[in-house]
Amino acid sequence: MESTTAPVKPQFSEAAKAEIDRICKQYPEERRKSAMLPVLHIAQAEFGGWVAPEVQDLVAEVLGVKPIEVYEVSTFYTMFNLKPVGKHVLEICRTGPCQLRGSDELTAELERITGAKVGGPPSADGLFTLKEVECLAACGFAPVVQVREKYYEQLDTEASVNAMLTELRNMVHRPALPWEEKGLPNAVANN
Amino acid sequence: MGRKLLTEHINVEGIDTFEVYRKHGGYRSVEKALKTMTPDEVVEEVKKSGLRGRGGAGFPTGMKWSFLAKPEGVPRYLVCNADESEPGTFKDRQLMSKLPHLLVEGMITSSYALGANTSYIYIRGELLYVLRILEKAIAEAYANGFLGKNILGSGYDLDLYVHPGGGAYICGEETALLESLEGKRGNPRNKPPFPAVQGLYARPTVVNNVESIAAVPVIVNDGGDEYAKIGVGRSTGTKLISACGHLNKPGIYEIELGVPVEEFIYSDEYCGGIWKGRDLKAVVAGGSSVPILPKELILKTAAGEPRLMTYESLSDGGFVTGTMLGSGGFIAMDETTCIVRNTWNFSRFYHHESCGQCSPCREGTGWLEKILHRLEHGHGNERDIDVLASVAKQIEGNTICPLGEAAAWPVSAAIRHFRDEFEWHVRYPQEATRPGAVFPGKAVLA
Repeated sequence: MESTTAPVKPQFSEAAKAEIDRICKQYPEERRKSAMLPVLHIAQAEFGGWVAPEVQDLVAEVLGVKPIEVYEVSTFYTMFNLKPVGKHVLEICRTGPCQLRGSDELTAELERITGAKVGGPPSADGLFTLKEVECLAACGFAPVVQVREKYYEQLDTEASVNAMLTELRNMVHRPALPWEEKGLPNAVANN
Repeated sequence: MGRKLLTEHINVEGIDTFEVYRKHGGYRSVEKALKTMTPDEVVEEVKKSGLRGRGGAGFPTGMKWSFLAKPEGVPRYLVCNADESEPGTFKDRQLMSKLPHLLVEGMITSSYALGANTSYIYIRGELLYVLRILEKAIAEAYANGFLGKNILGSGYDLDLYVHPGGGAYICGEETALLESLEGKRGNPRNKPPFPAVQGLYARPTVVNNVESIAAVPVIVNDGGDEYAKIGVGRSTGTKLISACGHLNKPGIYEIELGVPVEEFIYSDEYCGGIWKGRDLKAVVAGGSSVPILPKELILKTAAGEPRLMTYESLSDGGFVTGTMLGSGGFIAMDETTCIVRNTWNFSRFYHHESCGQCSPCREGTGWLEKILHRLEHGHGNERDIDVLASVAKQIEGNTICPLGEAAAWPVSAAIRHFRDEFEWHVRYPQEATRPGAVFPGKAVLA
């Protein structure tokens, strides 16, 4: 992550700010901290698929809590990426029922095609990060990969794997979230 | 063909919209409860129904409701546990994404019964797309006067919100879930105090699984006694079974409790048998944490009785020869499955998901994973199998929450029923670790 300019303090978009306001109203006024997880999800979507320390500080500011209260949460829950990621994070389920239906083979295949390694940096083209995750509650449709909010199921054929990768390669913007007019460009790691 | 109390209309076009759901009898339970019943009468019907918690523990829902403390002037909460994460379980995701209004209706009727004016659905973060579906359904319910102030002119107010998790199995444990809802790490709380007395924001709180809440409308509409007529003994009503693994037709099946396990696996109405024409080797019947059983013991009890899909029949024989219905996550394994590999996989899961608060769990799950990893990869020794069993035993009962048991039981049961296969891995590591190796049977150890 080479940066040539001084770090700029991140800011939520106006649309995201409005969504955060809506969410915070769901909890008693003195319990604004309850919005921690939903706001971290918004932050991760806004800032390129991961939550940098300065993004976490912004979340703390918005919620009126100390930064440590955000760090201890972001490091506990597995959905929050703490390092830069590729344009698409492929979360491959590795748990029992998926393993019975070929998730180990799927992981090997995705490593071969993308050139990325599970747990490693993004692929050289910056497109894919591979991440193994635990049960995604889709065991009857195994093996399964999640990318952002979408589940790709029954990835036990070459055709289904290729269809997923083609769809992702052709995606310029990530799909818009309900409060956005259109999706943001995904940040590509290292640029 | 069994009755479908929850999923009868699941494939109706547009059933995820208020209009179509309403046309198929939706929200009748809200009208009936708010206009003709007191909250206590609703609780009474749920008690009579015999409904047992569908998340896994099987605790009677009506009784759980009756424990809720009701101090004057203190708000109380209903929180729906939609953190479905138990490996092998995927029913709630299906139910919520296809029938969002059923959960919303159940939440309104149940919140009324409990006197809650704010309720939350805590959904696992991976299911953000389902959160969007639920939020749309909730907005429709508000627009049609089923949520908000003075619902249907009854004077009852309710706000309902959906809250996402962030990726943590432990948040399915109800006190960890409440911590998470408060914006903290999902560390389970010491009990007592129980959530019924001090739950969300230290207020009295009931936490119920999605499927339990979804059963409330039918219980209120038809009456608890009618509901209790379905099923066998203390296993009343219908249950969603998530069927996966090596089956011809994996998927979600709503069954009347009492269907024979053999029929469930082999009949075309349900799973259609084992894939690729293979033989069944073992089943984990209630989500990854319940004891695995070999084919002989899952189809028939030790006494030779046909095993039924009920809480009682599946647990017949205790942990020596039985298992549990649990969450209804039914994982079938064919004859080529390596039990050591599967057990290692589950141990890796529990180690990964341990919150780390209690040392027996934090350290114990690590040792289970480590030892199973070396057995599976051909580096095990003679003592490992006994050490495994002993570590599992030392986790059990020594932790704040049941994740400890959930991690220990699959290991103890795998050794209990498949010890020969573990010994084969120790004595013939080269054969056992060959890709695609299949345990040839006990005779190889002679």
